[in-house]
Amino acid sequence: MVGIRRLGTTVAFRPRHVVERNLLVYRHTFMVILSGFFEPLFYLFSMGYGVGSLIGNVQLSDGRSVPYAVFIAPALLASSAMNGAIYETSNNFFFKLKYAKLYDTIITTPMSLLDVARGEILWAMMRGGLYAVGFVVVIVVLGALGQPLVLSPLALLGFPAALVVCYAFAGAGMAATTFVRKWRDFDYMQLVLMPMFLFSGTFYPIDAYPPLLQAFVQCTPLYRGVHLIRAFTTGMLDPAMAIDLVYLLLMGTVGLAITSRRLGRLLLS
Amino acid sequence: MTNPANTTEPQIHARGLTKRFGTFTAVDAVDFDVAPGEAFGFLGPNGAGKTSTMRMIGTVSPITAGTLTIFGLDPAHHGAKIRARLGVVPQADTLDEELSVLENLLIYGRYFDLAWAESRRRAKELLEFVQLTERSNDKVEPLSGGMKRRLVIARSLMNEPSLLLLDEPTTGLDPQARHLVWDRLYRLKQRGVTLCLTTHYMDEAEQLCDRLVVMDKARIVAVGSPRQLIDEYVTREVLELRFRRAEDETDDSAHMDGKLEGLADRIEQLPDRVLVYTADGEAVAATAYERGLRPASVLVRRSTLEDVFLRLTGRSLVE
Repeated sequence: MVGIRRLGTTVAFRPRHVVERNLLVYRHTFMVILSGFFEPLFYLFSMGYGVGSLIGNVQLSDGRSVPYAVFIAPALLASSAMNGAIYETSNNFFFKLKYAKLYDTIITTPMSLLDVARGEILWAMMRGGLYAVGFVVVIVVLGALGQPLVLSPLALLGFPAALVVCYAFAGAGMAATTFVRKWRDFDYMQLVLMPMFLFSGTFYPIDAYPPLLQAFVQCTPLYRGVHLIRAFTTGMLDPAMAIDLVYLLLMGTVGLAITSRRLGRLLLS
Repeated sequence: MTNPANTTEPQIHARGLTKRFGTFTAVDAVDFDVAPGEAFGFLGPNGAGKTSTMRMIGTVSPITAGTLTIFGLDPAHHGAKIRARLGVVPQADTLDEELSVLENLLIYGRYFDLAWAESRRRAKELLEFVQLTERSNDKVEPLSGGMKRRLVIARSLMNEPSLLLLDEPTTGLDPQARHLVWDRLYRLKQRGVTLCLTTHYMDEAEQLCDRLVVMDKARIVAVGSPRQLIDEYVTREVLELRFRRAEDETDDSAHMDGKLEGLADRIEQLPDRVLVYTADGEAVAATAYERGLRPASVLVRRSTLEDVFLRLTGRSLVE
């Protein structure tokens, strides 16, 4: 570990200082974070129960017939994890990078660019993780009220799976943001995220698509995340989950590497 | 790792230090050493290469060519180790506006891996030192320029640095605020902290620096103590003459008409006045008057680093 040890000095996993900084900021404005929690909840009620009452049951790929809400709940968990990660790594990260010049200050300390990137990813995962926890609480409460949304105790693994989804999108989101020049560029990011949210097997099975389109959708990260989490909540394990995991972990790690390289170009001139 | 503290080995050692951005050369093969406990200055106009030099010393800008060591360490390989002992006051006040005054210091201490309690102890002590204790819990944004500057200085001291880098520490501050900053920097120097600063104010260089280099167009054009530079490049006194100029006159030569001939070591024509370099300003003024010279105003003053800079580059320091 790099750094001088002396009185009052702790041996450090330095990225956590970035998290501490963000916690200090959000101590003042905690409501901002909470707002992101309601979005998937509203979708669950409007689509799951509202539209779901018109649809009735949906058939899973193993042939079981389940209420529509059971089908979309894991997808909403995945997308709330994605949203939490993207909130932090798009606008917020951009603001700190370009306007607040936060990282210009941090790099005058022993912190490295990789520490910065890791710290921000960790923070994004904490935010996404918080949404995932909130959503899990809702699932549990609804289950207790006689509206079970999960079919298997394996659903517990949906939480770490949601963290993996966070990691993937935080890494990729941060990497993308390092290429952003002005606020309007974020519209392009939305142009990718919005269709992904609607068409990645979130609201209906992708069997609805022709084979070529199915193959394409299977290559998108949110599809992999939805597939992984749905496998756990429905107890419908299959080997493709390994692909989900590798895909998402790789996506986050490559994003992290690109981010710290790009930060070097932007900050160390 | 060797620990160069308490030795006479230079804190900063640069030979042929060069920084290029594409085809533009910002710093062109400069040599200098900064000794422990010394206050060392880079004096020069905007664009002379001062900030680029400071950024290289701060290990946030890779060097293009030459040698640079800080505490005897290579910034390319020991950046974190160097930065752990470095205090940095950048040109712009890069404070964290989403945090309070105290929190700015607290978290900065954390970046240096200080324990929370230790960070808090130092933060409070430093807020006292820069007279900002009453503003501890305020947001940063409404602070005055002078307060922000003092807060940045306090922040740079959180890790108890042995070398403090200050990039134009008082630019944009009013005279009172400048004097308060100078006083604090002087106290740090008394405590043995090495100061390395850039400025384009000659009075700042004279007040704070034991030794300085004059930079112009990416190069070092002179080295010495403020007194040495003045003795070497200019005379003891300067006589400033102003004339009432007619519309069509571009300089004051018509007014002088050779009347200063043989009286001065050197004469410098500026857009608004004439500078006459001489050991005895009063005597020259009197003789010129006898010869019939009638300037609108006459001022005799001691020569300054501004005059040194003018002599070396033909331009004034602050445009």
